[in-house]
Amino acid sequence: MKKSVKAAAPQPLSIQEIKETKSTAPSDVWELRLYVAGQTPRSVAAFANLKKICEEHLADRYNIEVVDLVKHPQLAAGDQIVAIPTLVRKLPQPLRKIVGDLRDTERALVGLQLRPATSE
Amino acid sequence: MSQNGQVKTSMGRVTQGGAASRSLPKAPTGIQGLDEITGGGFPRGRPTLICGSAGAGKTLLAMEFLVGGATKFHEPGVFMAFEETAPELAQNVRSLGFDLDQLAKEKKLTVDFVRVERSEIDETGDYDLEGLFIRLNSAIDTIGAKRVVLDTIENLFSGLQNEGILRAELRRLFRWLKDKGVTAVITAERGEGTLTRHGLEEYVSDCVILLDHRVTDQVSTRRLRIVKYRGTAHGTNEYPFLIDEDGFSVLPVTSLGLQHRVSDERLSSGIARLDTMLEGKGFFRGSTILVSGTAGTGKSSMAAHFVDAACRRGERCLYFSFEESQGQIIRNMRSIGLNLEAWTKKNLLQFHSSRATFYGLEMHLAIIHKIVQEFEPQIVVLDPIGSLVQAGNERDAHTTLIRLIDFLKLRGTTAFLTNLTSGGDAVEKTDVEISSIVDTWLFARDIELAGERNRAMYVLKSRGMSHSNQLREFVLTDHGVDLLDVYVGPEGVLTGSSRLSQEAREKAATLARKQETERMERDRKRKREALEARIIALRKEFEAEDNEAERTAAGAVVREEVVAEDRKTQARSRGADKGKDRVTGSRGNVR
Repeated sequence: MKKSVKAAAPQPLSIQEIKETKSTAPSDVWELRLYVAGQTPRSVAAFANLKKICEEHLADRYNIEVVDLVKHPQLAAGDQIVAIPTLVRKLPQPLRKIVGDLRDTERALVGLQLRPATSE
Repeated sequence: MSQNGQVKTSMGRVTQGGAASRSLPKAPTGIQGLDEITGGGFPRGRPTLICGSAGAGKTLLAMEFLVGGATKFHEPGVFMAFEETAPELAQNVRSLGFDLDQLAKEKKLTVDFVRVERSEIDETGDYDLEGLFIRLNSAIDTIGAKRVVLDTIENLFSGLQNEGILRAELRRLFRWLKDKGVTAVITAERGEGTLTRHGLEEYVSDCVILLDHRVTDQVSTRRLRIVKYRGTAHGTNEYPFLIDEDGFSVLPVTSLGLQHRVSDERLSSGIARLDTMLEGKGFFRGSTILVSGTAGTGKSSMAAHFVDAACRRGERCLYFSFEESQGQIIRNMRSIGLNLEAWTKKNLLQFHSSRATFYGLEMHLAIIHKIVQEFEPQIVVLDPIGSLVQAGNERDAHTTLIRLIDFLKLRGTTAFLTNLTSGGDAVEKTDVEISSIVDTWLFARDIELAGERNRAMYVLKSRGMSHSNQLREFVLTDHGVDLLDVYVGPEGVLTGSSRLSQEAREKAATLARKQETERMERDRKRKREALEARIIALRKEFEAEDNEAERTAAGAVVREEVVAEDRKTQARSRGADKGKDRVTGSRGNVR
């Protein structure tokens, strides 16, 4: 249960590219990728909201990779990123995308299929 | 000057008044015709909206704009596709001769496929389209693109739910594109009662082009209209356009004026007697010649003669036939002694046969336009123009023809049109009522007389020359068309065998008169001979009498001398005086 937190470029607001690995079977691990564009308040909020959701629902079973398109614009095409921020659930399959700052936790959970759309 | 203007506008300053259309910088599309009607292309550094229904040709127009920029104007381009993937696009335009892969390798054109799949996207909270901006920016900067196509950005509306955000972001996007200084083309689907389904025309307001694909009477026609073009005087008409194996071409025909140059050169009609009727020189080069007449009056034959004469001069001719195939025309014209096939082999003559109903009028116009531009003929024959009415209605056909004639005039191409007059109508009338715009109008008609139907023709009008006002009989022989004088007599105009019999009668009468004259001549000669004979006889008679008289006179003298001698002898013998009284006496007696 080690958390490897890699520091991004020195910025006043700290969004960090986080790689979290876990010893359980790979199928259990959630591969999440958050696309942002620079250190905007919205990006920061999205990262914070994502972190919170993962901690609550996927504790120790997730990897979050933050991709800053300002630095790596060529990465946008691969996941067909149009909107920012976009969270991509690479694993488990199928691929899901959630756009927005994840402010609405309930909808984010539905989007991540951590909660069925109809229940609760 | 224009350089100045360009700098000004690109810096966002407003150029004033009439100079605006000249100084507004344009990005040429390289599409035939479109640059003409837009005054040079799309507004440089600004977005242009192309809207139209599905299948109207939006993507193709946009792609040609990019490929044209990349290949002709050294302006690399980015194609952001929201509908088709890069391989699909490449495949679709390969048939038009565009090799997107090669252009991509040369870093002249990039295709970026943007897929927004609603089913796999959820939205929660705020977002923006910075991802799109970044992708676009990266693509633009990678190849130094000057042109951008967004095809069809409205797809975002189906992929993303928050319309408020989308609208704000699109507004920002178009602003951003302007700031970036790229010439952008945005395509959009046409909406119900609006230009675009999502009202993009609100944001893109510099230039809006509408493509239309209409089907009327089972005939489809593509049309293009410039709805709006800020700072440029543009035609407001609908222009027909064509999508074929060479891509997109617009026909700016309605923008033509009457500024064509005029030629004084004369062209033989190929029929010597017809030339004679036209001041002995024939038609003017670049004029429009119409031959109208009822069925079977030899209109096509006249066209063929004209073509033949032109080919003999080494000029190129285009023959558009709407009723007969090439083979049929060649065979038929061979029967009047014209070998058109030889000219087709020398590539001086091209036939284009198609049923008038096969395409719409605009399509016909477009095809004619295109072929004329490719082949660059000096002479174009349309046989017959009345068929075009079948492809549209009479009014459309009328405007189409006027546009076509204007187009040909502008090129200095001589147009030879034939038109079938149906029996019921007033004869000196064309179906499509273009008689007022033709320069030379030959009218062929048939004359029914004495159980025969014969062809006759006359020059109804011919601008700028003093033409003959006479009716000529038109005879098709195995060595071509012949024009003969018709017999005009108390019974009216006689043609055919009536003319022949009249001619025969005249000939007989002439012969009779001639024979009479000859006979009289012979009589006179005989009389003269007789008279001369008598004169000779009389002279002989007189001479004979004259001789006789002379002889008698001489005899008398001799006798006198003999008598005188006798007397002298007698006197001598008598011994009388000699000398003077004997001589004088004898002389005196004789005299």
